[in-house]
Amino acid sequence: MSKRLTSAALGIAGVLLFLITWELLPFVGVVNERYLPPASRVLVEFFHYLGQSAFWGDVGETMTAWALGLAISIVAAVVLGLVIGSSTFLRRATSSTIEFLRPIPSVALIPLAVLLFGVKIESSLLLVFYAAFWQVLLQVLYGVADVDPVAENTARSYGLGRFARIRYVVWPTVLPYLMTGIRLASAVALILAITAELIIGSPGLGQQIALTQSGGAVPQMYALIVATGLIGVLINAAVRLLEKRVLSWHTSVRGEVAL
Amino acid sequence: MRYLKNVLYFIGLPVLLVVMWWALTLGPTNFFVPKPLVLAQTFWDVWVGERFWTDFVPSIQRLVIGLVATIVLGVIFGVLIGSFRWLRSFTEPMLEFFRAIPPPVLVPLLMLLVGINDQMKIIVIVSGAIWPVLLNTIEGVRAVDPVLSDTSKTYKITGFPRLRYLVLPGASPQIMTGVRQSTSIALILMVISEMFGSSSGLGFTIVLFQRGFAIPEMWSGIVVLGLVGIALSLISQFIERRVLRWYNGLKEVQHDG
Repeated sequence: MSKRLTSAALGIAGVLLFLITWELLPFVGVVNERYLPPASRVLVEFFHYLGQSAFWGDVGETMTAWALGLAISIVAAVVLGLVIGSSTFLRRATSSTIEFLRPIPSVALIPLAVLLFGVKIESSLLLVFYAAFWQVLLQVLYGVADVDPVAENTARSYGLGRFARIRYVVWPTVLPYLMTGIRLASAVALILAITAELIIGSPGLGQQIALTQSGGAVPQMYALIVATGLIGVLINAAVRLLEKRVLSWHTSVRGEVAL
Repeated sequence: MRYLKNVLYFIGLPVLLVVMWWALTLGPTNFFVPKPLVLAQTFWDVWVGERFWTDFVPSIQRLVIGLVATIVLGVIFGVLIGSFRWLRSFTEPMLEFFRAIPPPVLVPLLMLLVGINDQMKIIVIVSGAIWPVLLNTIEGVRAVDPVLSDTSKTYKITGFPRLRYLVLPGASPQIMTGVRQSTSIALILMVISEMFGSSSGLGFTIVLFQRGFAIPEMWSGIVVLGLVGIALSLISQFIERRVLRWYNGLKEVQHDG
């Protein structure tokens, strides 16, 4: 317990040191205060934002694009992944196409999104979907490939139908892989949701950052960037919690608890 | 015969998709979707020639410099932080925060601090792509086999030789995982940094075409980015296989035994 306390104290010391350095840099004159306002001013702006309903509206826009895009890509990737993964023919026939489409950076689709949807939420959704879909699909395919053939054959000889086999044999094997995919995809989805707002200008936190930057409201810009970082931290924590809940039966999580 | 079958599996679906694309665009022209032949012709006209040197090469240069800097810095700091428990506790909350900031929001910030130039674009790439390398190196260094660590201690292997023959090889599978993730993030950031106030580069050119409604040209730019992405993923797979040959061999032996 005391070990955990020291580590927590060290962590807090690290945060404090960072804040103090940030506060002193513009004060000493290493960086121009106009470009890097001291930490205290940014924090004041940050708390000021927390009381504004417009700020929460922007957070809502960003999170809607994030959640919708992520949900669509997870559902599509799970369905396609189960279908492709359970047939050797489909798996072999699609692998070259998947390997070809996957590395295409989703930001390459920004111009297309602008032409098709303009500044509406659909632009963000397209980018979020393309980025998150491959992460989940690949993990589901790995998961289906990992199904124990003995378990599969046992289920077959007990007369389990196709859907029952997917439900009781394939699904539990895929689940840990799927959770890894969701963890990776949720981080990427946030990046793309904010990028879309930043570059295309669909409403949300990213758009506000672009506006404050071009308007010269530098402390506000820093405050918004801090807000996006905190949203990222919250999303990471939430997904990790979900992973622990969903996989509480799995040895990888049970092992952690026992130690 | 088996070889032929593999080739068929490899090209079957892509060929089918291109034929479908060709068949669907046979009729009246859709403004947004160019015909395959038109796109191929445009691709050739736009990217082979002057634009290759003014836009493609500078982009790739920045990407490569950014990636090399990312890997070097990530491994150095990762080894440092991973080796000392107190340093790990000290930096953990801040790293957790910085890792969670979506890297594109750093573009407007760095435009202010550094200005709009090549350094800014490289810093954007490094500041966003460094996290996977850094965090994976930390984990890899932490997870170095304790028996090997004790053995090298007994033989008084310390300092640089310990780093060279124990820590880095031990962490290399994890480091390579980080490098692979960083590569795709670096490509995304290269494009984004060029879409903001820039006068050259792939990202700049694509946005320029889109604003001028030059649709086939825009698609050809998207194809270029896709090809760069695929090339990067192939190169990183190749390097990974070379660097981790001993590791993959070890895994195979363990699985057989």
